[in-house]
Order: sequence, then structure tokens, then C-alpha cells
Amino acid sequence: MKIGFYPGCSLSGTAREYNESVVAIANAFQIELITISDWNCCGATAAHNINKILSLSLPARILALAEKDGLTEIVVPCAACYNRLASAKYHLEENEELKNEVTQTIELDYTGNVQIINVIQFIEKYILNKLEKKLEKTFLQKVACYYGCLLVRPNKVLSFDREEDPLLMDNVMKKLGADSIDWAFKTECCGAGFSVSQTETVARLSGKIIEDAVLRGAEAIIVACPMCHSNLDMRRKEINNYMNTKTDIPVIYITQAIGLAIGLSEKDLGIHRHFVPVNLKMETLTENKHIIENLVKTEE
Amino acid sequence: MARIGVFICHCGENISSTVDVVNVADEIAKIPGVVHSVDYKYMCSDPGQTLIIEAIKEHKLTGVIVGACSPRMHEGTFRKALEVAGLNPYMCEMANLREHCSWVHEKSQKTTNKAYDLVKMLVEKVKHNESLHSIKVPVTKTALVIGGGVAGIQASLDIANAGHNVFLIEREPSIGGHMSQLSETFPTLDCSQCILTPRMVEIAQHPNITLYTYSEVEKVEGFIGNFKVTIRKKAKSLDEKACTGCGLCITKCPNKKIPNEFEQGLGNRTAIYVPFPQAVPNKPVIDKINCTYYTKGKCKICEKVCPTKAIRFDQEDELVELQIGAIVLATGFDIKKTDFFPEYGYGKYKDIIDGLQFERLASASGPTAGAIRRPSDGKEPKTIVFLACAGSRDSAKGIPYCSKICCMYTAKHAMLYQHKVHDGKAYIFYMDIRAAGKNYDEFTRRAIEEDGANYIRGRVSRIYERNGKLIVVGADTLMGAVPVEIEADMVVLATAAISSKGSEDLAQKLHVSYDQYHFFAEAHPKLKPVETNTAGIMLAGACQSPKDIPESVSAASGAASKVIGLFSNSELSRDPLIAYVNKSAPPIFSTCVGCFICESVCPYNAIGHEEIKDRDGVIIKTIAYINPSLCQGCGTCVAICRTKSIDIHGYSNKQVYTEVISLLNDI
Amino acid sequence: MEHKQKNTFADEIKKATNISIARCYQCGKCSAGCPMAVEMDYPPSLILRMLQSNIKDEEVLKSKTIWLCLNCETCVSRCPQDVDLPTLMDFLRSVSLKLGKSNPKSKKIIAFHKSFLESIKNTGKLHEISLIASYKLKVFDLFQDVNNVPAMLKKGKLHVLPEKVKNMKSIKKIFSKTVDGKEKI
Repeated sequence: MKIGFYPGCSLSGTAREYNESVVAIANAFQIELITISDWNCCGATAAHNINKILSLSLPARILALAEKDGLTEIVVPCAACYNRLASAKYHLEENEELKNEVTQTIELDYTGNVQIINVIQFIEKYILNKLEKKLEKTFLQKVACYYGCLLVRPNKVLSFDREEDPLLMDNVMKKLGADSIDWAFKTECCGAGFSVSQTETVARLSGKIIEDAVLRGAEAIIVACPMCHSNLDMRRKEINNYMNTKTDIPVIYITQAIGLAIGLSEKDLGIHRHFVPVNLKMETLTENKHIIENLVKTEE
Repeated sequence: MARIGVFICHCGENISSTVDVVNVADEIAKIPGVVHSVDYKYMCSDPGQTLIIEAIKEHKLTGVIVGACSPRMHEGTFRKALEVAGLNPYMCEMANLREHCSWVHEKSQKTTNKAYDLVKMLVEKVKHNESLHSIKVPVTKTALVIGGGVAGIQASLDIANAGHNVFLIEREPSIGGHMSQLSETFPTLDCSQCILTPRMVEIAQHPNITLYTYSEVEKVEGFIGNFKVTIRKKAKSLDEKACTGCGLCITKCPNKKIPNEFEQGLGNRTAIYVPFPQAVPNKPVIDKINCTYYTKGKCKICEKVCPTKAIRFDQEDELVELQIGAIVLATGFDIKKTDFFPEYGYGKYKDIIDGLQFERLASASGPTAGAIRRPSDGKEPKTIVFLACAGSRDSAKGIPYCSKICCMYTAKHAMLYQHKVHDGKAYIFYMDIRAAGKNYDEFTRRAIEEDGANYIRGRVSRIYERNGKLIVVGADTLMGAVPVEIEADMVVLATAAISSKGSEDLAQKLHVSYDQYHFFAEAHPKLKPVETNTAGIMLAGACQSPKDIPESVSAASGAASKVIGLFSNSELSRDPLIAYVNKSAPPIFSTCVGCFICESVCPYNAIGHEEIKDRDGVIIKTIAYINPSLCQGCGTCVAICRTKSIDIHGYSNKQVYTEVISLLNDI
Repeated sequence: MEHKQKNTFADEIKKATNISIARCYQCGKCSAGCPMAVEMDYPPSLILRMLQSNIKDEEVLKSKTIWLCLNCETCVSRCPQDVDLPTLMDFLRSVSLKLGKSNPKSKKIIAFHKSFLESIKNTGKLHEISLIASYKLKVFDLFQDVNNVPAMLKKGKLHVLPEKVKNMKSIKKIFSKTVDGKEKI
């Protein structure tokens, strides 16, 4: 099957491994990702901080191009891009005047009919029910699923999961055999776009997140946002300096977790690109798999 | 021949400042049939009414028009004046020259012309008025009180003490309501049950009160003074007459792990149970949903041990029909539970409790015998954070109103906690302190100044658990909105007061209005707080809106006085301005063909069937019958009747057409 | 009945964002849950109060708060009165820039946003190296993150050459129609 794909700037650059893992599992489940032609940056944090129409026009151009490509549904793995695109779609739907102004600015036809889904909705819709058959390894450790801000808020616009204590990513990890813990910082902000301009803020906020996860015995943090990943992973040195700790808890993407569980290689999933080394014990399911295969044979 | 008198009121300046009332009176005098037309400053005053009475006698008037304010104000006044003068009161019509004319237009000739037209219409109408007499309806002097909380108890006692019979029904196994769950009451810190139980016993012993507990309203039919109410007495599995209340069955019941509703889930009860020791009646019921016998067919230990053989497993629900004259709704309220709050953990933290749960902890007869203990591990909390306004005043959560009682009970809780745990620290996050009752503000100041409760003005953004403590993240807005984080052992949420479960269904059964929060609607927010718009049904207590105990008791006595007033008449008078189905001579009997479309559209369920029989009792025809005691004269049936067989007294088709035609023809 | 035009900043806010600041009853829930409140000069609920008072507009526009807000949307998700603070902050930021009143201490944050948008204007997609270079030129912090560059390059996370949108004309048009040289990007 096919689905539209908006990688966004981070997946092409600093979050390259996220892109690799998304593509890897899409291939594994025979899903063709059709990248939107000539896509541009969604504007991220900078655009809406500076100019309202710009912050709506850049995403609108992307959605208009998707429409032009004949795509009815697009998956947006970057949580920030997902939030920007969904917000733009929502606000243009609510406000006809705004829609006209933006359409004139981008000089493209825009109907607003493209469905925008995030990586977790993508997994739920197209991968989850096929997952069990392909499982080769299972997670042995406790993991903390970190959703961050932009996947679940504002609920009015995104209508995805619960704003407090969301559970959908945890459900996916549970299917992979992981013990997905209940912890208190699932949706607390990591410091977002202040990685460069206010690094100490990131150290403080991301530090609190890591502290809580470690306190509750998590051995890995699972994320679905490249900015969160960067703050929790690339900025680990700054975090450890600020918090006076030496935590080495690895941070991986949900797509990498799935990839590992279905037996894809660490290289294909870009695991080596992380700053904090990822040493996760996984149990191979081969014996059980044989049993499941046998069962299937006798039932036929 | 019509002899009509017209009286145009100035209403001080209310009408005369925009309408030329003198001119109207002069012009109206020219209409054929009008023999007397005057204007006067205040028609509703004594001299004004005397004007009418004298004129009727002097000019032998057959009809009277008063051009004044809305009939809702003074129609009654002028009708009485006609009666005094010896003229049928329904020969009086009022033209609304104020709300319909002078108050909605600027001063101009057009406005005066409109006033003239309004009066002219009624002059023509009154020529076709007929003498009508009010309808007398008998009154059954028995009251039904629905709900056995403090409001229901008060209302029942008041009505019973006035010498009337009362049926008090309560759906729980015992009366007492939420007040019986409280530990102490503000502002006196009286022990709640100590002041309530004497009243409860009075109910049980009062000769005029029949108490049905574990019972609910099944159906309500009829109308004011003449209700027919069916009560479902749920099967208690007990012969109440044989039971002595010894309690042996309860001690022997092996099924002990059922969450106790009275303890708000903080303790357990047995399957055969009495909700609390002071229950009235002190007779147990069997919880059929959880009882081992009813679910699995085994046990029956209670039956074996009962010394008077009072257990009846085969008992069925019983339906009882009561003839009732007036109903008092006193069904009380509920509170939101802690799972209503996503930011406070969706109810998953055992040590975050609500106000009623705290009452049970503080109560000497509660699950911890009055010791404040954490539900999670039974330890004594050294720091408690109380959150006021949890869910109330919150449009985002759909509860924009204030729940009224929480500021007071939160102060009370802090005080009780400080009294019981001397080294404990109480923090209260609040938005305002609403303490408007007698001695209330002094009470809250006591909590702060004498008992050391720490009040922090601000709301709490979220609460999470870490290392067995609850981290409360709030703000102090009086200090510049700085974030405040407190590590608490326990958190008490003063959750929003909401309507009692099942309110909507009950209101539908009784045809009583309710608002979007399912609180029952009073007839007038200012002047009729204890009546509903449904005649004969009164309101008492928190089922109308959140209230504290003194207000509930006052409302209950108010509702009771309305009932007693109703019962002081041997019969009731109704306005005869109602619809009727025409009757004529045989063989037609009536132009009504018995299609009964009118029955289905009547909003008051006032239309039934009437069988027309011959001398041998054989039914010739079944036609529609409009109950003169229920009909409100809305005219829906008149409009929809296909054969034009229905008309209204006082607003007949002929009268209304005459009004319209009088406007179309320039007279 | 006509409302008399008051021409307060609150009216302007209402017109541009449809936010009614009178709805805020100062409960403080936003400030309590705001991850940046401890670093701000005025926590979010205080900003609302200052706007309500009608005598502190200058301080609001000059505050560090509006630039420290990272639009995590926590405030609006918990606000009992549904006051859309993130949208309000966006508006205050753009007004602050237009009137040249931004707080000098927020220079780095603003510089980062502007450098980001510059990169987009030039290539349609973000080129991290140009972003960092432009940023460093703006804030004269030449040594920040220099240590990370080798690791990033080694891990293949940095493009040396920018990836460009083909139809750059459409991108430039969007920028000229919106930002319009006023914010000097």
C-alpha cells in the first residue's frame, strides 16, 4: 500500500536515523512512502514566533503540494512538523478569511482535505495488526515512552490520545514485549527549540525528564520527535553537567524499537548515529515462533 | 346589546409618556358598543378599581377593557373588581399598552395609533365573551417527599406536624443522605450525625409519616391535588416486620469485600448490610448484585442464623400506588470523583481523595475510626494539600458554576486535620474564599489565624506521584504567580457539586424542567425558589442548586409551607380558559371523529378518550376528552384538529377572528 | 446598542486573535504548569493581569517572558477558561518585533528564529550549517557547539551542502508577501 510522506528538515539532516528507521519498517511491512514533491520547511518554531501568515503559508504550501500529487493521507514522523501542519489545516478550516489570505500568499489550490497522521497513528493503522507475525525479538527491559508536547497538545486541534498520561505509544511498546512504565514526565517539555539559543534551559528541562525516567527504573526512553531526541540524546553532556550526574540511558525512536523487534539490523535503523550508546538486551523469539508456525499448520 | 366600558391607564408616566392616552380614550368612545371610555393615572390603585366598580353599576356595563400593563401583572386585580361589582370576571380583558406598546416604541402618532388598535381589538373581542366560572378541583391532603436527606426530612416533618399525611421515599436503604456521611458541620463543628439522627428517629416514629426506603418513583400520573404515584419498593429480601435489627446476619455474612458506598469506597461492607450503625430503619437489605446466593446460588448463611426467620430470598419488588396531593423533590446532589481530573492522575493515585472521602476518614464511625490515614499505606499524613475549586468554575471542564460549599468545608477539613494531627501541615490552594453565611467568614479566618492552615492563592496545574509522595505543582498568584511545589502525603480535592444520579430520568417522569447540569428548575429564580413550573411539585435543597445545610433546611420548610398552603384549601380553583371538544345532539354527538392527533400533540398529557354509550352501555363513538384539571389552554389541539371540533373558552375561534378582522377593517 | 470604541491593547488583541483577555480570572494554573516560569520575568498569568490592567503594555512587550515561552501548549490545555495563551504569545512577539521593543536579553532567541527563517528563505529547507553560521554572526558566540560539529558530521547528521527546493520562486514570494522586510530577514 502507499501513503504520502513528509519527512521535514530534521529527518533529512540531524535526525537522519529517524528517517532511516521509518523507511526501514515501511519497507518491512510493504508500505510505499511517497514523498511530497518539492516539499519545503514547515516553518517549525521560528515561523510562528515571527509572523502568523508565514507560519500558516509554509505548511499550507506543503499540503497544497500533497493535494497536487494526489495524496489523500500523509504521515509526518516529526512531531513538530505534524503539529504545524495539523494546526495550519485546523485554523484554515475554522477561518474562511484566513484561508483566502493564505491561499493567495502561496498561489496554489488548497482544499484542506489531506489527512495528516503522526508516526504513532501510522503504526496503529498500518503496522500494529501485522506486527505479531513478524516479531523476532522482544524487549526485556523497562522503557519510558516520552511523548513530549507537540504530539498530544492542543487536543482540540490534534484529537490524538489523552493530553495527560497518553497511552498509545505505550501500547505499541507493550506489543513488542517491553514493560512500558507509568511515569510522571511523559508530556513535560524537553526545552524544544532552545537547544542552541538557551542550551541551559534544555539541560534543565530534559534533565528532569531523564531523572524521572531513571528514578522509576527505565532502561531506555522511546521518543517520536526528532527535537526531543536531540535534546535528550545529543545534549546529554550538557544535561549531565547541569544535573551533576552521569546518566547513560539510551534514547531511541519508536520506529527503531519496532525495527529492532522485527529483526532489522542496527545499521539499517541508524542506531549508530545516536550520541548516547544504545545497548539493549533483546530476547530472540525463534523457538516460540516455530511453535506459532506449527499451530498455524495444524489449524489449516 | 353590548355595553362596554374602557379604562385607559397612564401607569404614572410609563404609558402616558409615549402614548397619548387621553386621545385613545376619546377615539375608543366612538366605537359602537362602547358606552363609557375614560383615562386615569393608576388603574391598579384603589381609586382606580373603584372607578371600574362604580362605572359597571352606573352604566350597567356588560364588558370591561382595561388598557394598561401586562395581564401578568394585574389581570387578577381587575377581574376581582368585576366580581365585586357583580359582573362575571371573565368579561374583563386587558390590552397591554405598556410592555407591548409604550415600552418598546418611541413617542409618536404611530405609537398612539397602535395603542388604539390594541384596545379596539379587545373591544370587539369582548362583545363575544361568555360568562365563565373557575373550575374546582379536589385536593388529596397527602404529600409525597422524594429523597430522605436533610431537606426531605425537614419537609416531611413540617408537613406532618401540620396534620397531613406524608409518604417519604428514599432510594438508599436508610434516610440521612450526605449529611449523615459528614463528620462535623460548619461553622459550629457540631457532630453531623448527632444533630441529624434525632430528626431521623422522629421520621420513623411520626404517626403521620410513612417511610419507604430502598424505594424509587416508578410512574407519576395526574395533576396538582390529584397525583397518582406508583412507587417501586425494591426487594430487600427481608420481612421487615419480623426483623428485629439484631444484626447477626451482618456479622455472619462471609461476603465481606464489597466496596462500601457510604464510606465512599474507603471501606468494605458485607452483601447483607445496613449502610451505617445509626441507619433508619435499622434493618438490613441484601445487595442482590454482589450476594453469593443471588449470583452463584450458594450460601444462605444469613437465613440460617436469623433468630426470627426474617430473610426472604424469594421476595420480589413491590409496586405501590399512592394518591398524592403534592410532591416535594428533595433528591440532593452528588460530587465529581477524582477520576474526573486528567491533570491529577485520572483517579489512579489512592492518596488523592475527594471531600466526602475525607469526611469519612475524619468521622468517628468511619473506616479509620476518625484517624486521618493515607488510603494507600495507612500511614498518618504529615502534609495534606487541599485543592479548592477542583472542577468548579471551570468552563473547560463543562462546570462553569461555583459549587458554593467547598470553601467552607475545605476550611473545616483543614481545621479538623490540624486538631487531629498537631504536627501536621495543611496547605490550601484557593481562588477566592466564599464564606457568605452567618459566622462563616469568622470560621474561615479561624482556620487561618488560629489553626495555622496555609492558604495559597492559586490553582494547581498538576499532581504526580514520586517516591510515595504526591508532588503538587501550583502557583502563588499573590506573590507574582511564582510556581509553588509541595510534597504532600495526601491531597483532598474539593470536587464540583453535581446533580444527583438519575435526576434527568426523574424530571422526565414528573414533567419538571431542569437545566443543562440536570439541576431542577425553580419557577422563578428570585421569587419562587421552592416551586417548579409544574403545579403541585415543590423543590427543596441541593437538587435545585448546590446549597449548604441551613439553606437546604430553609428551602425544605419553604416547600413544606407551599404544600401546607395548598392543603389548606378543600378544593382548588383553576382558570376556566381551557379547551373543550364540542358536543352536539345525537346522532352526531360531536364533530370529533376520534383521530386523537390532539392527544399526541398535547404537551400536558391533558387529552384522553371519552366513550359515548347508548342506554345499554354499547359504545357508539369514542371521542377526544380534554381533562379540565390538566389543560393549560395553549391551543395546540385547537390548531391541529382536522375537523375543527375543539375550541377554547375565552379565546374561541370566533373571538380571535373578530380581533383580527377588527384590525383589517378600518372602523 | 453600540459599544464605545476603547482602543485598548486588549481590543487589538481581540481583533487579531479572538482572545478575550477578560476571561482570565488569575487562577495561576498556567504559571504553575509552565516549564519556563522560573526563568521568566513575568509568569504567564501575570502577563495576562498586566494586559488587563491596561497600564503595563510596555512592560509586556519588553518582557523576556514572551521570548522564553516555547509554545509547549501546557497552559492552554489546563486553563479553565480556555484562554489561548500560545496564540497570544505569538501575537505579542510579532507586535514586540514590529515596534522594536524586544528585550535585549532575548537577543539570542530572536537571532536564532531569524537565522532559521533566513535559511528557509534562501533554500526552502533548513541548512543547519548556514543557520548556525548566521546565528553566530548575529550573537558573536563563535565557540558554541563547535565541539559538536565533528561528531555530527561523522554521524552523517549534517549536510555540508544545502538541499534546495526546486521552485525557490514560490518560497521567496511567500516571504516577500508576509515578512516583507519589516523584520529585516
